[in-house]
Amino acid sequence: MRSTAIPAGRIIRFGLLSLGALMILAPYIFMISTAGKTQSDIFTSSLSLLPQHFYFAENFAKALNKVPMATLLWNGVVVCGLIFFFQVAVAIPCAYAMAKLKFRAARLMMVLVMLGLLVPIHATALPLYVAFDRLSLLNSYTALVAPFTISVFAIFMFLQFFRAMPDDLLHAARLDGMSELGIVARVIVPNAWPAVTAFAIFSVVAHWNDLYWPLIVVSKQAYATPPLGLMYFRAAEAGDDYGALMAATLIITLPLVAAFLLAQKRFVEGITMTGLKG
Amino acid sequence: MSALSLRGLKKSFGGNAILNGVSLDVEPGEFIALVGPSGCGKSTLLRILAGLDHADSGEIVVGGKDMSPVAAADRNIAMVFQSYALYPHLTAGQNIAVPLAMKRLSGAQRLPVIGSLLPGQKDIRAGISRDVREMATVLKIDHLLDRKPGQMSGGQRQRVALARAMVRQPSIFLMDEPLSNLDANLRVHARGEIVELHRRAGVPTLYVTHDQAEALSMADRVAVMIGGNLLQLAAPDVIYNDPAHIEVARFVGQPRINIVQAQAESGRVGFEGIRLALLEKVATGPVSLGIRPEFVKLSPNGRSGIAGRIERLEFLGSEVIAHCRLDASGETVIAKLVPHEARELIAGMPVGVLVSIEQAMVFGPEGRRLRIAGTTGARQEPAYV
Repeated sequence: MRSTAIPAGRIIRFGLLSLGALMILAPYIFMISTAGKTQSDIFTSSLSLLPQHFYFAENFAKALNKVPMATLLWNGVVVCGLIFFFQVAVAIPCAYAMAKLKFRAARLMMVLVMLGLLVPIHATALPLYVAFDRLSLLNSYTALVAPFTISVFAIFMFLQFFRAMPDDLLHAARLDGMSELGIVARVIVPNAWPAVTAFAIFSVVAHWNDLYWPLIVVSKQAYATPPLGLMYFRAAEAGDDYGALMAATLIITLPLVAAFLLAQKRFVEGITMTGLKG
Repeated sequence: MSALSLRGLKKSFGGNAILNGVSLDVEPGEFIALVGPSGCGKSTLLRILAGLDHADSGEIVVGGKDMSPVAAADRNIAMVFQSYALYPHLTAGQNIAVPLAMKRLSGAQRLPVIGSLLPGQKDIRAGISRDVREMATVLKIDHLLDRKPGQMSGGQRQRVALARAMVRQPSIFLMDEPLSNLDANLRVHARGEIVELHRRAGVPTLYVTHDQAEALSMADRVAVMIGGNLLQLAAPDVIYNDPAHIEVARFVGQPRINIVQAQAESGRVGFEGIRLALLEKVATGPVSLGIRPEFVKLSPNGRSGIAGRIERLEFLGSEVIAHCRLDASGETVIAKLVPHEARELIAGMPVGVLVSIEQAMVFGPEGRRLRIAGTTGARQEPAYV
């Protein structure tokens, strides 16, 4: 008889978790609701989650017509893709060397990586901006991508992962005739997928949503990333047309939400992995 | 000319000496087992040989050529690892093919897409897959070639690792405890298979193990290494019957050899009424007397021999192990008896301990073997006192 009853502790736990989830989801739900409302619905004094007139189509049409949404999304994909590619291309060999090869500077490099983890982009933003300006590289993919190509976080994360790889595997590879670069390409990379996917999640989420750096180096819509494009949209086009603005926001967050739903398990794995090892 | 000679290899890690000048010769086609307790430096020696580590000093000569400056990949030395070290992302067949592909295909031909367009690589790849299949047939793993290591049992993985090492026909074959991850039944079976494979291929083999039974049963010669020193290199029966050092005697043999403290005086060793004449002059003082458990007999109720008491009896089917404590010195002596000899024995009863004096070995205070006048290493019909 007790077996079918849910224990009280469990009910409380679920209750608290649901409450927390609701608090975090509320703005997003409200955004979806607002994207379907007319201007008059939004500005009524009563707060209702369900729109009185379904205005989704009109709002989405407005959002798609008034900003070059395709360009924004494409920029987002290019910037995130390039950043991720370079980060992995730099971090994997670097982390391999630090984890498995013995050389004099290894300790010093470890200290530098640790220091690098402590310095936020905001601290170096100004000198970087000046440098890109002097090189006439503002408003370019280079300016958006270059500062993030070396990720100390990626190096640190891969380092932890590679340290757990058995030395015998590398010894076997050396005896089989592989060079160190061959080992990276043929042994390390194929076996590093769990770490790479976990890092991909962090990297792509951070740079897709980043507003700070694009705002500094980009002033033309042609190179605007999705969040920056959204800001232009609010300032120039939408004014106080919140329905359209929310529709645009919805479009921009959709790729990440879809990716999350598709790769939910990996997300959780990735976060727990860094939680355990970082 | 030896297939492989090591001369005075020394290695230390942070002030800790791991190898104290190890010298060793492996003859062509020979199977040498390098045996010793964990941490004695045997795996380090193997890694240095393979070129995965460097010795502080000493020489490695393979086929008359000094190997010290040669990179691991170019030494043509194959190694089987304890953990097998198979590439987890490749199938068994691909694993076995790796050393051949690295040797026979050029860098450009190995590239993923471009490589398959280059001339000549098709024939080479066909040759590789033919050799892989042939090797797999020899090791009876041809039905496993499409499986990944994760889908194979320990014994199967071990065979794939063997195949990967043997397929490129190395000039030296190194094995680092290849059987220690297998369960006991499989291990005994695999011993025989490795010996058989070695006999067929004839490649000189250095086999590292911490299991003395494995070493004695498989090797042509056994090298006993303890604390970074190679104490003895000899045929298995010599290692067992005629150990050169007390540590060798202690390490080899199950149950362990009995070591009791004795006194040397004017060229004679005395212990509880036993007197042995030594061939060489030894300073008066304590020495160790070693006697294998199979040369100890027990006389029930102490009718003759050294007075003692049975502490514990272990019945092992074909034999009975009796642990006795000597009344006078308090030392423990182990006797290995056949069951009918142990019929009257029960734990706790007083016994007389009889030892075969011809089989006793005397070791000096620093562990070196001291020869006894009149007895040699060869076995004789034991007489008990």
